[in-house]
Amino acid sequence: MLDALMLSRIQFAANISFHILFPTITIAMCWFLVFFKVRHDMTGNPVWMRAYRFWVKVFALSFAIGVVSGITMSFQFGTNWPGFMETVGNIAGPLLGYEVLTAFFLEATFLGIMLFGIKRVPNKVHTLATILVAIGTSLSAFWILALDSWMQTPTGFEMRDGVAYPTDWFAIVFNPSFPYRLIHMLLASGLTASFFIAGISAYRILKGDVKKAPRLTLKVSLIVAAILAPTQALVGDFHGLNTLEHQPAKIAAIEGIWETEKGAPLLLFALPDEETKTNKFAIGIPKLASLILTHELDGELKGLNEFENEHPPVAPVFWSFRVMVGLGLLMLALSWFGSYHMVRKGKMPNWMLKVLVGTTFSGWVATLAGWYVTEIGRQPWLVTGVLRTEDAVTSLPASNVAFSLALYLIVYGFLLVAYIRTVFLMARKAVKEEEFETNEPRPDGNLTNVNQPQDNVEGSAKA
Amino acid sequence: MMDAYWLPVIFIGLMGLSVLVYAILDGYDLGVGILLPMGEADEAQRDTMIASIGPFWDANETWLVLAVGIMLIAFPAAHSIVLYHLYIPVAIMLIGLIMRGVAFDFRAKAAVDHKLAWDRTFKAGSILTTLAQGYMLGLYVMGFEGGISTHLFGLLSGLGVTAAYSYIGAAWLVMKTENSLQQRAVAWTKTTGRFCFMGVIAVSIVNPLVNPGVFDRWFDFPLVMFVLLIPALCFAAFLFNDFLLGRLPKENDRHCWVPFSLVMLIFLLCFSALGFSFFPDVVPGQMDIWEAASAPESLIVILIGALIVVPVILMYTAFSYWVFRGKATSLNYH
Repeated sequence: MLDALMLSRIQFAANISFHILFPTITIAMCWFLVFFKVRHDMTGNPVWMRAYRFWVKVFALSFAIGVVSGITMSFQFGTNWPGFMETVGNIAGPLLGYEVLTAFFLEATFLGIMLFGIKRVPNKVHTLATILVAIGTSLSAFWILALDSWMQTPTGFEMRDGVAYPTDWFAIVFNPSFPYRLIHMLLASGLTASFFIAGISAYRILKGDVKKAPRLTLKVSLIVAAILAPTQALVGDFHGLNTLEHQPAKIAAIEGIWETEKGAPLLLFALPDEETKTNKFAIGIPKLASLILTHELDGELKGLNEFENEHPPVAPVFWSFRVMVGLGLLMLALSWFGSYHMVRKGKMPNWMLKVLVGTTFSGWVATLAGWYVTEIGRQPWLVTGVLRTEDAVTSLPASNVAFSLALYLIVYGFLLVAYIRTVFLMARKAVKEEEFETNEPRPDGNLTNVNQPQDNVEGSAKA
Repeated sequence: MMDAYWLPVIFIGLMGLSVLVYAILDGYDLGVGILLPMGEADEAQRDTMIASIGPFWDANETWLVLAVGIMLIAFPAAHSIVLYHLYIPVAIMLIGLIMRGVAFDFRAKAAVDHKLAWDRTFKAGSILTTLAQGYMLGLYVMGFEGGISTHLFGLLSGLGVTAAYSYIGAAWLVMKTENSLQQRAVAWTKTTGRFCFMGVIAVSIVNPLVNPGVFDRWFDFPLVMFVLLIPALCFAAFLFNDFLLGRLPKENDRHCWVPFSLVMLIFLLCFSALGFSFFPDVVPGQMDIWEAASAPESLIVILIGALIVVPVILMYTAFSYWVFRGKATSLNYH
């Protein structure tokens, strides 16, 4: 049945799934840009600047889509989930307010200087603008994850007449799951941006780009990924332990455990069935889930049956989790293998480049899967123990929601195709661009000859 | 309790300020989008026009997020009512904003033969946004009463707001461009100014007629002698601007900034008039700011932050306008 509740949930899921793709790229990509720019300023090597110039264009495009879809998100709370702000507005409001005040204005304003100001401000100010945009995007993640984590593990408030009132802002922001979730998300963004940069750089090389910049960005991004991937596995483990403590029903769904058991197996494959409350075709490694989650072979894990009508839908959580972890392991292997080739040999075989092109957007899939685990895993609660999703939804007629949902789906589908096509088009354009690769910096470090603008004529027919 | 009285007043002031700043800033860049000439020969002028707003549009749009954010934070009850009634126009406005925002970036990066299509998207997105915003303003002024007259007034208001945004956008171009484009901009400012004037007159007549409370407030003797200064000043600004535009551009581009300043003054006056009509109601005729306000402990927390952060925002915004001062040139990433 598609009532206003279901349609609003689909619309929210569609909006946030589309939106999150772009911050996931830009949060970390901006730090890559900071790195390229600072390296250029320190070494005077123009290859860093070329890397910056190409990726700042991709950044700008990703950022623009992130901004406009983010504005849509900010309206969703009021249009589709009025019960959310009525119940927990006293807490969600200031967190969202601080995001706008400290992050949005900072990134939006300095983005102008970062993109268009290099000839108008001293180089140091331009580098500073890049750093401020990077801080802005990360601050934005800080506030939004503080809110999301609070919804998962609410603390620092009291209920009066069905409305939440803040009692301790420090406890609200630094709620129990916040540090894990924030770091997990920042690392996810790092991996997404790394594989994106690696994929497009590999694509340029495959298309015959003989310049130094794509090789450099390929190497840097793979090394970053090789460091982040195992870190992410470790942080993910801590995050899981934290979830077990605060949201055991979510863990039970992730692991597909129906009956409370000791020495629970880690299921590699299964088809969870909510009707019979069993798993079909389960293949598992004995005792491993207990070992990972309780650090004891015979540790006890609570089953879904202890959370009658209070646990999330099992199959989407169970499967999303496996997609996320599987992709994480793939990224770990690829980044280590790739870094080894780039560092030891300075190049890599063609088949490996092709694999990297294929995994350009692997971070997107892993991040989305991760968010489905955490957000679907929170159901049936919108704010754990405080507000159920079904109690927050709008009383609007379903037809209105269906209308807006159709609009969004059309626009988002179109934009996603346009975005991916344009990124690859930009890569092909860059292959053909003259970059005066032989023109190395002069011994005195003076870059005046090599830093001529050669590309990126924004707003002209030549672009 | 002082807090419970003053905090909502301060926040409605902050929200009003954000709406006004948004209307001026995003107003001019939406206006530039509306005015884009679509002829094939106009491509260079389109490039310059879009370049004139390139470094600013993103930050301009953030004021809308702040305004809606303040309503969400400070007046959640009103936020629910307003967005309930404006669901469809909000969705349309968001689609318009998406179209405008992405077209700006895609136009320069997509394949050359797609550029014109993205320029059309840019223009269409800008028009859709301003029509939707004007329609929402109309419904708001009517207190969300149902019926055909409300929607008609909404449509009228949509056209009025679109004219007003075009007016400020054209005046922005008079200031930021030169040569033949500037001459076209002068002509656009003159025309859109007259449409905007008619829109202001229409809304000024209809508003007190449909809202008896508004009528009483405006024609309350002896205050009327004082408040009528607002329409009088507004009328003078329109008239003077029309007169001045007949003489632009002048030698050495003197006074090219005056039309934009006058339109800002007109926006300020119209906005004060609306505020004067409805304060302290946050949903006209239904709910005042004290009924809609959220808990003082939340408002204090955000107010302290705002008092520290907003001056910093204003400072770096000013810095950005200073960096990109002067005439718009074609946009270069580097």
